Amino acid sequence: MRVLRRRELPPLLRAIHDPPARLYLRGNGDVTLLAEPAVAIVGARACSPYGAQVARMLGRELAGADVVVVSGLARGIDGEAHRGALETEGHTVAVLGCGIDRDYPAAHTMLARSIGERSLIVSEYEAGVEPAPWRFPARNRIIAGLCAVTVVVEARERSGALITADFALEEGREVFVVPGEITSTLSAGTNALLRLGATPLTAAADVLESFGIQSPPNRTVEGNPLLDLLPATADELVQKTGLGVGEVMAALAELDVAGLASEGDGIYRRLA
Amino acid sequence: MLARAVTFALVGLEPRRVEVEAHLQGGTPSLTIVGLADRACQEARQRVRSGILSAELEFPGGHVTVNLAPAELKKEGSGFDLPIALALLAASHQLPRDRLAEHASCGELALDGRLRRVGGVLAVAEGARRAELERIICPYEACAEAALAGVEPIGMRHLADAVAYLRGELEPPEYVVGNGKPRRRPLDLADVRGQERGRRALELAAAGRHNLLLGGPPGTGKTMLARRLPGILPPLEEEQALEVTRIHSVAGLVDPDHPLIGYAPFRAPHHSASTAAIVGGGPRLRPGEASLAHRGVLLLDELAEFQRPALEALRQPLEDGELVVARAAGSVRFPARFQLVGTMNLCPCGARGDPGAQCSCSAQRLARYRDKLSRALLDRFDLVVTIPRARALELQGGPGERSDPVRSRVVAARLRLEETAPKRTSAADELLTRAVERLPLSGRGRAKVAGVSRTIAALAGSDAVLPEHVAEALAYRAPSELATP
Repeated sequence: MRVLRRRELPPLLRAIHDPPARLYLRGNGDVTLLAEPAVAIVGARACSPYGAQVARMLGRELAGADVVVVSGLARGIDGEAHRGALETEGHTVAVLGCGIDRDYPAAHTMLARSIGERSLIVSEYEAGVEPAPWRFPARNRIIAGLCAVTVVVEARERSGALITADFALEEGREVFVVPGEITSTLSAGTNALLRLGATPLTAAADVLESFGIQSPPNRTVEGNPLLDLLPATADELVQKTGLGVGEVMAALAELDVAGLASEGDGIYRRLA
Repeated sequence: MLARAVTFALVGLEPRRVEVEAHLQGGTPSLTIVGLADRACQEARQRVRSGILSAELEFPGGHVTVNLAPAELKKEGSGFDLPIALALLAASHQLPRDRLAEHASCGELALDGRLRRVGGVLAVAEGARRAELERIICPYEACAEAALAGVEPIGMRHLADAVAYLRGELEPPEYVVGNGKPRRRPLDLADVRGQERGRRALELAAAGRHNLLLGGPPGTGKTMLARRLPGILPPLEEEQALEVTRIHSVAGLVDPDHPLIGYAPFRAPHHSASTAAIVGGGPRLRPGEASLAHRGVLLLDELAEFQRPALEALRQPLEDGELVVARAAGSVRFPARFQLVGTMNLCPCGARGDPGAQCSCSAQRLARYRDKLSRALLDRFDLVVTIPRARALELQGGPGERSDPVRSRVVAARLRLEETAPKRTSAADELLTRAVERLPLSGRGRAKVAGVSRTIAALAGSDAVLPEHVAEALAYRAPSELATP
């Protein structure tokens, strides 16, 4: 475990109006990781399968383009963003709202271990501090503070993710928002941000552009006609294509293995 | 004056020889039963007395002792009524003792002397065959069941008839043996419209004996599909049918006219079922639902609503194909090689997976719900399929394929799997390796995908497992949202 004093903090975090007095670090990642271009991906814990897929895709594509993915190790969007980043060679940083020695939530112990093996887990709280509701907004200011860009994937009306976005806006950082269905309460918070003038995010390339990074060319889809029919259930694809159910399932699984589509609650969606 | 009748007590499903000895002495008229008889068995005193008197036979005067030997074996139930009555009558010279010794007997006595059916007649008859007794005196309704064991059943309706038979004054009546077919037609797959993916999963489950988990919002047809699995399973082989019938007989569930269960049984216990009800046990060591589903299907509808201990108890039979119920006096084995089918909603409120509804579950509530299924149990499901809400256009279609052709394909695939299990081509191997690298797939997950892909190849009539078979198998693995809360 290492400790950064206030003057040792990375420049972006030191620049916020109440930087933490200390920042505790654990994991095998280098301290300089915190000074690299970073994006925060935050959102609801009880997210939809759509939100989970978007968070994972963003985590993967941004980390794959050497942007550090920062999030809060929470269930839902946070966890998916970390997992997406871990699927690449890139880095991801988890900011805790409890003591540096704890993995919270406990369900993400393995995830925390994977992050620590390669990158960093940070917290402003010393070992032994319990997680508490009022520590999470404080944690969110560090997430926003570490990053030049914050992406909100899904958020209800009074979501903690909105607090992160507020911190980012106060510090003059860029905020991207993933548009959601107007009928879903999971989009109420994000769509409200969009109405206030946040930039809608339509692809990972939007974020990369703001860092001045050329996005890698889109992977070519090997003429798989199913991809154009997504999102759809397997049964809908059987009906639309006239193929056998076995063939459709095989084709969908191949898209899944190739990282081009994935299933959530029975509905297949494009990932690229 | 001493006489003996032979019957069999059941320890689990195993018959153990019991000699019923009746001894007459002078003195105050009374009847004592010794030899670890349970309450139902002790009450035989009253039934035997009334039965003998109703049959217009003489109840011996003086003190009567009935001993059920061996004394250390627990005797349960009312099946000892008939042997006790016969031993008493033989001891008082009302029927020939040597002739009684050539017969096994079992059955409950009514107060008017009629014979009533009891559970486990098949197992008792099997005990008789093993003890080289060729005939068993039993209630008439149990004839067909006893005949399955290969002994000659002497089916009697009344105690007086049984006595007349033993005296050589009456020939045993004729009886009919059933054909082993279910009395009711199983539910047909033609009732299911659309649901191509679910139907496919069901066919794969039947062909490969895979455990199947169906998820999805309420009302999408998960249970309807699951209930149609028995209809596409092949009939049981003779030995298996006997095994299944023995278990159902002990539980008192066989149909007197068609005792042989020649088809895959189907059990669907309610989610309030206790652990003992599912795995078996209780004071009388009865087979549970898991054993009653032996060689058939155990459907756990609303899987996540079951008590967790009951679910965890299923892990042993899923692994070993049998249940060992341990008691202080020793342990009993019940075969339980069943196919597990589970259905569950994707979240406690049920809205997940339904495009027209909004899930209102908190993250903690959702996590708690999914925690009901331990990793270990989830790992036992080879096929995990989410059934999303069908859109109107699917339901407009005509009826689906009937069960009969599906069953023929299942039978053909099973034959193929038994003869030469298809092997993976190198291209298929390569895809599987890529999938393990790319997807969250454990070692056990890989083995399951390999197994399912063999079934897919066999159903396709292919001699080798091709990449498309592996690919399809990958589509039935547990989705990540169930794997990681």
